Amino acid sequence: MWGFLVIQVSGLRKLYGDTVALDGVDLRVREGEIYGVLGQSGAGKSTLLRCVNLLERPTAGTVTVAGQDLTALPSRELNRARQRIGMIHQHFALLSSRTVAGNVAFPLEVMGVPRAERARRVAELLDLVGLSGRGGDHPHQLSGGQKQRVGIARALAGNPSVLLSDEATSALDPATTRSILDLLKRLNAELGLTILLITHEMNVVKSVCDSVAIMSGGRIEESGAIADLIRTPGSRLTREIFPLPEPAPSGSVTLTFTGDPQRPVVSEAVRKFDVEISILGGSIEELAGGSVGRLRVSIAGDTAPALAFLRERGLLVEVTP
Amino acid sequence: MTWDEMTPLLWEAAGQTAQMVGWSTLFTLLFGLPLGVALVVFDRGGLRPLPALRSVLGMLVNVGRSLPFIVLMIAIIPFTRLVVGTTIGTAAVVVPLTVGAVPFFARLVETALREVGSDVVQAAQAMGASRTTIVRKVLLPEAFPGLVAGLTVTVVALIGYSAMAGTIGGGGLGDLAVRYGYQRFETLLMIVTVVVLVVIVQVVQSLGDAVARRLSHR
Repeated sequence: MWGFLVIQVSGLRKLYGDTVALDGVDLRVREGEIYGVLGQSGAGKSTLLRCVNLLERPTAGTVTVAGQDLTALPSRELNRARQRIGMIHQHFALLSSRTVAGNVAFPLEVMGVPRAERARRVAELLDLVGLSGRGGDHPHQLSGGQKQRVGIARALAGNPSVLLSDEATSALDPATTRSILDLLKRLNAELGLTILLITHEMNVVKSVCDSVAIMSGGRIEESGAIADLIRTPGSRLTREIFPLPEPAPSGSVTLTFTGDPQRPVVSEAVRKFDVEISILGGSIEELAGGSVGRLRVSIAGDTAPALAFLRERGLLVEVTP
Repeated sequence: MTWDEMTPLLWEAAGQTAQMVGWSTLFTLLFGLPLGVALVVFDRGGLRPLPALRSVLGMLVNVGRSLPFIVLMIAIIPFTRLVVGTTIGTAAVVVPLTVGAVPFFARLVETALREVGSDVVQAAQAMGASRTTIVRKVLLPEAFPGLVAGLTVTVVALIGYSAMAGTIGGGGLGDLAVRYGYQRFETLLMIVTVVVLVVIVQVVQSLGDAVARRLSHR
């Protein structure tokens, strides 16, 4: 399921005058995954996303979507390729002059779909996002969450191979954010829709993403499947997800464990070896489809065999020198 | 002057005003709308940036806007003769009225189109819409209430301009007020003409406002 690369970005650079917005970015998004690009504002994530459908033309580098090198396409061909790339926006970007149905029909008009077919497809799409019966309303009559649902329906009109999400939940309250993220997750599961989203909220990454890239200063600092990153020592993602006091005190040990949090690994270590373990801090988070815990402890006594035991049990053990 | 004497004069003048304003509104729309669209589309950061052409158009518009109408009307007499074959009468007035109103309206079109959010335009680009589609299906419909408001202001301005048309024999309400009210000291007719003009402008403005409001879905 995850073999084919839907988006492949390599060596991407974007300059605005002397300002470097993207400084050599590589990104590989596999079919069927939800890929999050996380970063503060100004990190370049928005520019990166807009380079994927060439709303921004990169200064250097290539962008390949569904096997097509977009940077090489003439404008007519590019427009055709864009019809297969859905996009949703932070402020929804709906046409206020059109009804909900009219907004969803817009991309179909662009594609030259005949009127009867259009009406059928619009009804189908509105049903998919839970807005059937609201087709005749104007966007100003809808709540923010409903507007974003219209945006999603519109983005899916062309049966896109990939959906780009530009801070799609940043203008929404927490409960609505939840419902939009659930919808995206459902579409990902039901339609096999590949989603590339950018966000500044760790929560979005934690709740829906399979993979993540952390951006700052126009570069990707760390990227990969979340499940892998969590097992990588020194991972920035892990540090940001689990709010342990930084820097870790000298001599302390940080344990990251995935899978069943009920497993009594720590007490087992205490029983087996001549050590005392005191807990300095820790938390458990649900992410990438499982629970992950992170524990900061200090170990006194015969530490070496105890640490080896913990490693053997599949825990990531990081010792602060 | 009695009411019975005034009424036919007023009707005739009102008819001439309606003709002048009607025709010039039509032509203003015909030339001003594309010009306004061009000012936006060819601008730096527009859909099709052509800065050189854009500055030429912008300059033409500014020249047109800086001439007082009465000067413009006389200055373009040769052009008027070329277009309608005469330089006096109602038909001859439509030419300078149009020439005067096109740049005015084009600027209002430009302003209305700039009100359309860039996010909506970019969303359409992201959907693979061509430039023509974006102008036809995004810019113009989204700006429609603003365009109607701009047209209303233009019509009111045209009614004002048309008052000067008497200078080249165009007739109309303004001309009536000048000839009878000013030159013949018919104060009553002057007052009646003023009232009629005020009422016409009020009606046009309210009508325009109502249409703009109806079309607006914000």
